[in-house]
Order: sequence, then structure tokens, then C-alpha cells
Amino acid sequence: MTLKNIAISNLRRRKARALFVLAGLLIGVSTVIGLLSLVQEMKNDINHKLEMYGANILIVPKTENLSLTYGGLSLGGVSFDMTEIRQDELDKIKAIKNAANVAAVGPMVLGPVTLGDHRVLMAGVDFRAAEILRPWWVVNGKIPVEENSAVLGADASKISGVKAGDRVKIQGRELLVTGILEPTGSQDDGLVFTPLATAQSILRKRDRVSMAEVAALCTGCPIPEMVSQISEVLPSANVMAIQQVVKGRMETIGHFQNFSYGVSALVLLVGCLMVFVTMMGSVRERTVEIGIFRAMGFRKSHVIRIVLLEAGMIAAVAGIVGYFAGLGATRVLLPLFTEGHGHGAVSFDPLMAGSAFLASIILGLSASLYPALMASRLDPNEALRAL
Amino acid sequence: MDYMNAENVTKQYGSGEATVTAVDDVSFGINKGEFVAIMGESGSGKSTLLSMLGGLNSPTSGRLSLDGVDIYARTSDERADFRKTSIGFVFQSFHLLPYLTLAENVMLPLAIVNMGKKEKLSAAIDALARVGLQAKASRLPNQISGGEQERVAIARAIVNRPPIILADEPTGNLDTRTGTEVMRLLSALNHEGITVIMVTHSNDYARCATRLIRLSDGHLVGEETAN
Repeated sequence: MTLKNIAISNLRRRKARALFVLAGLLIGVSTVIGLLSLVQEMKNDINHKLEMYGANILIVPKTENLSLTYGGLSLGGVSFDMTEIRQDELDKIKAIKNAANVAAVGPMVLGPVTLGDHRVLMAGVDFRAAEILRPWWVVNGKIPVEENSAVLGADASKISGVKAGDRVKIQGRELLVTGILEPTGSQDDGLVFTPLATAQSILRKRDRVSMAEVAALCTGCPIPEMVSQISEVLPSANVMAIQQVVKGRMETIGHFQNFSYGVSALVLLVGCLMVFVTMMGSVRERTVEIGIFRAMGFRKSHVIRIVLLEAGMIAAVAGIVGYFAGLGATRVLLPLFTEGHGHGAVSFDPLMAGSAFLASIILGLSASLYPALMASRLDPNEALRAL
Repeated sequence: MDYMNAENVTKQYGSGEATVTAVDDVSFGINKGEFVAIMGESGSGKSTLLSMLGGLNSPTSGRLSLDGVDIYARTSDERADFRKTSIGFVFQSFHLLPYLTLAENVMLPLAIVNMGKKEKLSAAIDALARVGLQAKASRLPNQISGGEQERVAIARAIVNRPPIILADEPTGNLDTRTGTEVMRLLSALNHEGITVIMVTHSNDYARCATRLIRLSDGHLVGEETAN
């Protein structure tokens, strides 16, 4: 017989009360875990979508000249007297602190050319990087793999009448059109894309690029930090984050996160109150029992330990069961919040499980502390006279 | 010098006009190994006096001492330790915990003693054997009679081998035959050297004691020593 045995025996005897305390903590823990997991998974989902979105950082030359626009974003001046970026300078991006988060760097050289009777913008790109930077591209035909080949935007193809497989002459250079882009709704539709080296040769901009796009994996790497790191290694360039598209979504997630924290705090408070009220009732119900303990020589600290042991044991169970209940609820609810992307993606997180376990015990013990102190302060003589 | 001493002990409840004096300026001494019966009508203050002797109820004034040490000069924890090592309580209503077996009930005082599990169980079985109930060690309190429950309460009181047993109306809820058995048990413990202080309002059971202290309205009105 130990204090632990007394606590366990009492829990067995007062199952309804024990279950009520368990329910209070269980609801609190599972709700918090559910909401936090949901927010985390929604963030992951947004990040996944951001990665799908392609480039999220633009590098353009520093210039005070007039600029062209590209993709709705301001580019550095593409005029003749503009300052361009040296291609080898882009290698410095591999040395930044968050280099591991760089999925692709896409240098691009831009310049006006004549295609048939039309003036069009030629873009020399790295097509392998373009697969990551422009995941929405659908090419009817093939992506160019060799020099002197090109892919035309949908509008450029329509206006010039050039089709996949045709050969076109640009600035005296014959190019094989390997494919035509499906309409994208962006300025890509009016461009002629060629391998970077081909465009640099045609535009007489060898080893120079007009701009570069960077796709950064957002999970765990704040884009503004990466922008700052790239700016440090490329002082002659303007580095900008393409955030406007995602900022709104992230703000929504942020609001939902704050709302989740609020709801979690409220549910935990209610859970704690349930534990507090139940433990107070339990202590009052056991006045005589506590009087007997005290008469037998139990110190106040022994009585406190019995009450806290009971609460601690229930809280430990609530922490474990609550974590898995919250995880299960997230798995069920996640598809509703992430358009099905996150289904089944929620996995066991030892850190969160440990935190849930500890938090449950801390909450259970905190809510039971006053009832335990009250029990220890019971006058044993009064308790025994209560009969 | 007396083993236990009560010097001008007074206990009052309430305040102002509602003050009730349960024990009024009572003094007496108890020698080691004595069997003392405290007698009196209901409300005479005998249970209050017993709880004060057991360190459960501090007097409003006066001094209660054991071996010359003032019981109420000690801290709450020290008084708890004093009860653990020196006092075994036997209550009129048995106060057994209904969800524990008889052996577990008897082991309760050992829950705060640094002993091995087997030693505790062995001590509990020994105590139950002392009251003739070792065969029913695994039963629950509601599976035995009232007399047996009182004997379990006595076993619980002696499991720690205390030098003093304080019994509050130990026969109050028992029939004559069972009450006599309990009194025999207390007498036997007293013969083994345990000081027994018992509250009763039965003259018959009081005759088992070696000394009788009579209370009336909180006053000590007489002391008799048995032949």
C-alpha cells in the first residue's frame, strides 16, 4: 500500500468522476492538437501550392531607366543602356545561407527581335529550370534541348503563323520551332523562347542576363530573409519577392491560426474548469476519508500528493488519448480545408505528442492544485466530526 | 511524571455569545500502560478531549503533553508524525474505506512508512491475525459484520505498533456480545503494554479500564481507579 495505490483505488471507485475529469482534459487536448495540426497542414498545403506556383523571387539589374513589365511585375530596364547582370554572378546564390531552399535559379535574357513581319520579344531561358519555375507550361511539341531551337508562345505562334516543326529565321539565324505553348494568360504567350546561349548569341549579350527568377521552397524559409541574403551577394541587382499572390492566402491562414489559438485557449480553460470543479467535488465528497488519513498521521503533503497523483494519472491518459484523437480529427477534417491535398498527410509528430502529454499533465495538475491544497487544509477533527 | 498530561485544558467553539465550552479547565495525568475510560453523557466533551489527546484538535487554553513534550507546541507536520508513530485511532463508525480490502485498510497507515510491499502486507496480516480476521483479509468491508469491522479498525490502529490507542466509543455501534469481544481485545492489547484511552458511556465496558475519568458539561467531575 502506497500513496499511488490509494490514488488508483480511489479512481477505480469513483469512475464517473474520473471519466468526467478525463473528458475535460481529453476535449481540451484533442481540440488543441486538432486545431494546431490543421493549421500546420494548411500551411504545408499553401507552401506546396507556392512551390507549384513557381518562381517567388525576381532578380533584376539595378537601373533608374524606364522599365518594361513582365508578368505584371516591374522588370529592370531592358533598354539598350541598361545595366545587365553577369551570368556567372548568379552562381553566388548557391552560397547563401538558405541555399538549400533554392529549388531553381532561372536566368533569362530578353531582347526584341523580328519574326516575319512582327517585332516580338525573345527570351533566352534555361528550360530545365523553367520546368520548376513555370510548372504550368504545357508545350505542344517538345521542349528545346539543343541550341538554335525555339518554343513560341500561343499568341506569337498565332500572329506569325509558325507551327511546331517549322523553321524560322531570326536576326539571320535559323531556328527550329520544337513546340508551341498552350495559352497561359501571361506575357509568355507573346514571347519566343530559346535556350539561353542561343538568345545571348542572337541578342549579342554573351554571358549576360536581363533578369533571373528564383524558386524558393517556402517551408521553413521566410522569403524576405532569402531576398535579403541574395541582395547581399548580388549588390548590383534588385532582388524582389513575388508575394502579392500568396500574401492574401498566408494572411487568411494567419487569421485562422489566431482564431485557432483563441479557440484552443477557450477550450483549455473550459477543460481546466471541468477538472477544477470535479476535483473540488471529489475532495468535498472525501472529507471523512481525508480526516482518517490525517488521523493516521498523513501529513498535508501526503494528502496533496494523493489528489495530484489522481489528477496526474488521468491527465497522462488524456494527453496520450487526446493527441491521437486530435490527430484523427485532423485527418478527417483536413480534406475539407485543403481541397483534398492534405488527405492522409497528417503523421505522428513525436514533439507535438510529447508537448500534448506534458501540457495535459501541467493543466491537470494546475487545475487540481487548489482542490489538493483545500484537501490538505481540512481540519481532521472537523472532518471526522462530519459523521 | 505522568506519561500523558492534561493541564487546565479548555476547548471552546464559536465566538462571542455563541461560544460553547466543550472542555472546561480539565487536568489529569495518565501513566504508561494504563487503560483509561473517559465517561460522560452525550455532549460532556469526552470525544473532544480524546481528539485533543490525539493531536487532532488544539485546546483553546491549557497544555497537553506526552512524555513532557507539549503536543501542540509542535508544527502540523510534527503532530502528524506524532500520530503516525505514537497513536492508533479506533473510531465508533469504524471509518474503513469501502473500496479497499480488509488487508489494504489495515495497511493504510503504512502507506507513508518506508517499508517494502511484502513487509507491509505481512504486518497487515499479523494485525488481522491479532484480531482473528486473517482469513478474511481479501474481503471488502461490506462483506463482514459490524463487529468484524470494528476489529479491523483495531487491527489498523495497531499495525504501526503505536504505544497509545485512542478509542472513541468503540462499542457504540455493536451488540453486547460483539462489544464484549472488542473490549476483550482492547484489554489484551493493554496487557501487552499499550496505553489505551477509551471514550464510552457504558458503565459495563468502563469496568474493563484500570481508571475512570468522569466528565460532565466539560468539567472533570470524578476519577476512579479500579481495584
